[in-house]
Amino acid sequence: MGLVLLIIIWLITFVSTYFFIAKTWWLPVGASASAASIDHHFTITYILMGIVFVAAQVGLGFFVWRYRDRGGSSNKAEYSHGNTTLEIIWTVLTAVLFVGLNLMSSSIWASERFRPAEANAVRVEVTGMQFAWYFRYPGPDGKFGATKPELEDASAGGEGALGLDSKDPASKDDVVTGTMVVPVNREIEVILRAHDVIHSFFIPAFRFKQDAVPGLAISMHFTPIQTGDYEIACAELCGLGHYKMHGIVKVVSQEEFDKWLAARQAEKQ
Amino acid sequence: MATHGFAGQETHAHAAPQGFIRKWVFSLDHKIIGLQYYFLALAAVFVGMFLSLLMRIHMIWPTVALPLVGEIKPETYLSLVTMHGTIMVFFVLTTAPQGGFGNYFLPIQIGAPDMAFPVLNMLSFWTTFLGFIVMLAAFFVTGGAPLHGWTGYAPLSALPSAGPGEGLGADLWIISIAIFCIGALMGALNFITTTLDMRAKGMSMMRMPLTCWAWFITAILGLLAFGVLLSGGILLLMDRNLGTSFFVPLVTVNGQLTGHKGGSPLLWQHLFWFFGHPEVYIAILPAMGLCSQLLSVFSRKPIFGYKAMVYAMLSIGFLGFMVWGHHMFMSGMSPYTAFAFSIMTMAIGVPSAIKTFNWLGTLVRGKIRFSSPMLFAIGFVSLFVSGGISGPFLAQPVLDIPLHDTAFVPAHFHLIMGVASIFGIFAATYYWFPKMFGRMMSESLARWHFWFSFIGTYCIFMPMHYLGMAAQPRRYSQFTELQYLAHLIPLNKFITYAAIVTIAGQLIFVANLFWSMFKGKKASDNPWEATTLEWTTATPPPHDNFGGRTPVVHNGPYEYSVPGAPRDFVMQSDPAIKAAH
Amino acid sequence: MASFSTTATVDDPRISLGGGATLPPVRGGGDDGGSGSPDYGTRLRRARLGLLVALTPILMLFVSFTSAYIVRQGLPTLDPRTNTLVRDWIPVKLPRLLFVNTCVLLLSSVGMELARRQIKREAALAPAAPVSAISTGEEKKIPWLAMTVVLGLLFLTGQWMAWRQLAALGYYVSTSPSSSFIYLLTGTHAIHLMGGVLALLVAGAASLLGRPVATRSIVVDVTGWYWHFMALLWVYILSLLEFAR
Repeated sequence: MGLVLLIIIWLITFVSTYFFIAKTWWLPVGASASAASIDHHFTITYILMGIVFVAAQVGLGFFVWRYRDRGGSSNKAEYSHGNTTLEIIWTVLTAVLFVGLNLMSSSIWASERFRPAEANAVRVEVTGMQFAWYFRYPGPDGKFGATKPELEDASAGGEGALGLDSKDPASKDDVVTGTMVVPVNREIEVILRAHDVIHSFFIPAFRFKQDAVPGLAISMHFTPIQTGDYEIACAELCGLGHYKMHGIVKVVSQEEFDKWLAARQAEKQ
Repeated sequence: MATHGFAGQETHAHAAPQGFIRKWVFSLDHKIIGLQYYFLALAAVFVGMFLSLLMRIHMIWPTVALPLVGEIKPETYLSLVTMHGTIMVFFVLTTAPQGGFGNYFLPIQIGAPDMAFPVLNMLSFWTTFLGFIVMLAAFFVTGGAPLHGWTGYAPLSALPSAGPGEGLGADLWIISIAIFCIGALMGALNFITTTLDMRAKGMSMMRMPLTCWAWFITAILGLLAFGVLLSGGILLLMDRNLGTSFFVPLVTVNGQLTGHKGGSPLLWQHLFWFFGHPEVYIAILPAMGLCSQLLSVFSRKPIFGYKAMVYAMLSIGFLGFMVWGHHMFMSGMSPYTAFAFSIMTMAIGVPSAIKTFNWLGTLVRGKIRFSSPMLFAIGFVSLFVSGGISGPFLAQPVLDIPLHDTAFVPAHFHLIMGVASIFGIFAATYYWFPKMFGRMMSESLARWHFWFSFIGTYCIFMPMHYLGMAAQPRRYSQFTELQYLAHLIPLNKFITYAAIVTIAGQLIFVANLFWSMFKGKKASDNPWEATTLEWTTATPPPHDNFGGRTPVVHNGPYEYSVPGAPRDFVMQSDPAIKAAH
Repeated sequence: MASFSTTATVDDPRISLGGGATLPPVRGGGDDGGSGSPDYGTRLRRARLGLLVALTPILMLFVSFTSAYIVRQGLPTLDPRTNTLVRDWIPVKLPRLLFVNTCVLLLSSVGMELARRQIKREAALAPAAPVSAISTGEEKKIPWLAMTVVLGLLFLTGQWMAWRQLAALGYYVSTSPSSSFIYLLTGTHAIHLMGGVLALLVAGAASLLGRPVATRSIVVDVTGWYWHFMALLWVYILSLLEFAR
């Protein structure tokens, strides 16, 4: 039985580890400025934790085989209540490993989240509601117009869904779309809002996730570095349509973005 | 309870009850109450497993109509998710290890004739039972069971218009949990008072088996945490039914105003997780205590570092109250607060690691016997390591960004709660079954059960890590809408097949359990040659546990292979061994 | 000192009684007055310990409500109409009746303490009761327990009246967050106090039915401490509502 346990435990360990190393199913290709540092730290974490995982499981499998009761009174168990020195050593090592990893990642966290968006970031208001995402661009006046819950009417397109108050002069140049379009290599500031319940704006390729909470307008930022289309998933249970609350963010060149925005503005006239 | 006057009016405190109702239904005997909790949890786990089976089938075959249940609509799927989580966490993991085995064996292991408050004990079981009935009732009311997940985030859980099942079903869910809180608090009261006040002579705190320490610390966690959950539930019920706005800001559902304003969804999360994090330690600590016990018994060796094990459990309990924010890194909470919580979370990994080292240390230079309880204890260590390793990923906010609310999270908590903790329940069953029923369970059926479960659960939950890294979100009823999920469906299918096989394998356990109760080989009083006090009693133990005697303890709980002793174990109530412990 | 000469001579340790070397039964391990039933002192200590433990989750409940109160009071929320952060907390002037009720409750706490000491004396003297010359104070007993119950019920009635006053001013449960908390905190406290009143009624009924004084004494003692806790808790709640408006 000891041998069987060893074999099975080792097999499970090596098979699982194989798929981690082979990256058979892995994080999507990173397409934002922060992806590199997040992925790098992810790699460090999984290598270190992987070593711990393999060592512990291999050790467990080995010990249950090596110290099995082989019958007879010749092999006695050791009468020992422990070893304080060993305890101290592995406690300190574990603490150093865990706290060290955390402090390393904290600098990345700080650079992502402790500072507000740059002054010249491209601002997009992202609103989640059951079960779609809407994106609003403030237009040349740089201001988002007022929205009124009483004016909400999802059947009347994006502006209706947001309840845009057309009486507010600032709303005249607001562009509301169902697809997010942003220019590459520019910092994008997203202001996250939600109309009904908590949603979460998740763009796997950008390593970006933030809950959109009703009653709050949460400002975050990211910088896409690769043109292309990337999927958005809702990452907070929001009701029966949670699985299909998705969207697309198109990262295009600055020129294309300007053209696109100008075209949307023209449509409003 | 003794109706005790003074001299001359002694009533025997523990006369055995007569009559079916007083003996089996409203028993005051902690052993019967323990069995009642255990069988409640057994019923609950089968409900919970059935729900998860339906979930897994729907995830890979969304359009298939199942026999009995019919077609599973997206909202039905989410109510399965909600009820699966709620039933498993509360009525299985918080019930069987503590209410079940704790109730049965804590008094005996500390040398007491019963719990401190037997009437309260009986009431705590029936309260929990009532909670379970109310929870099940949610399935059958208009709108069905709620779909807001076991975490019940507001405003989704606070607005009846936010989804099917969020009407009466959600109210019943909250009420059931509130009833459960009260039952759990009554139980915690008993455990703490009993441990502090009813230990036999010589049973100092540092001579208690680690199972008793685990039950004691778990009860303290429950005492401090369930009141907070109750408060959250009350506020949520008020928001839902009395028009208050604790958790709901100005929102519109389908364009309709709800009448609420100014509330804070994050307030619910803080209250819930202040309870929710200690809750997961409540779910795992008894299994840790038992694992320590079993590794020692079946290695014929004292536990490595008893004191460190006690301090580690105390640290886990204490730190467990300081880390709740790690469930909220993406919630909109301040990033500075997130940083503070993440440091505390890494800190709590340290005592868990100490325990793992000590378990391995117990095995080294032991003389290992592979009886069924030991198989599950060894399995527990492996699963605890696997589940624990993913913790440090999630504990770092920056890595939580890609991983939060993906399949990586259920991979982590299922390996620990959904498997390791369950292995603790299995191990406890195989270990204590002889004492409870006077018969042995079948070892060969137990081995089949072990291998099905050990390999099966790894096949289910290890791949979930890969799915999570590939950004598969949680609580999606199907994966047909997002392009990037398409290539993950084969792996999801593999998991579902593994789940079907593993769940089928659990029938072996049930068959073994019930068959052995009537036909199992008769057991001696101490078939495992263990040292703790429950193995000194008759089998099953009489009404007052020790047959009118009061045990006196001279030794620690893990005196195995003591040099110079005639047998390779010295019981706690045996004469003191030379090395004072 | 340890000797390992066991009396058990068994061939197969697996079939022996596991406790083969256990010493014969030891009586009087301190707690037991006799055949396993605990004595009065033990039961009192255990009951008081149980109460102390039980007060912890009650405390946590109100700590939790307090933190919700502070958060809700201070947290701004986004007004979608103006896209600005606003606070919607409206301080409520508490009915003065609540302060009168507080005096009633504190008075009841005095009565409760007197009742507690009274029955403790009775329980202590009970063994001497058969000796006819010794008085246990039964003849001239002031009904402190009954008075406590009356004052407790008076307090609860006063709370109800304060609720009516609030409603008359237009403050209902859902009117504003501050009014929600007033009803929540006072209501939860009232429910818990009602529990104490019920316990006293049970003790009173037990007395009328002639039940043994020892158990009654423990019930009243434990309820007494519970009652004082409820009084202190009420003072805290009132202070929070009045000074942290």
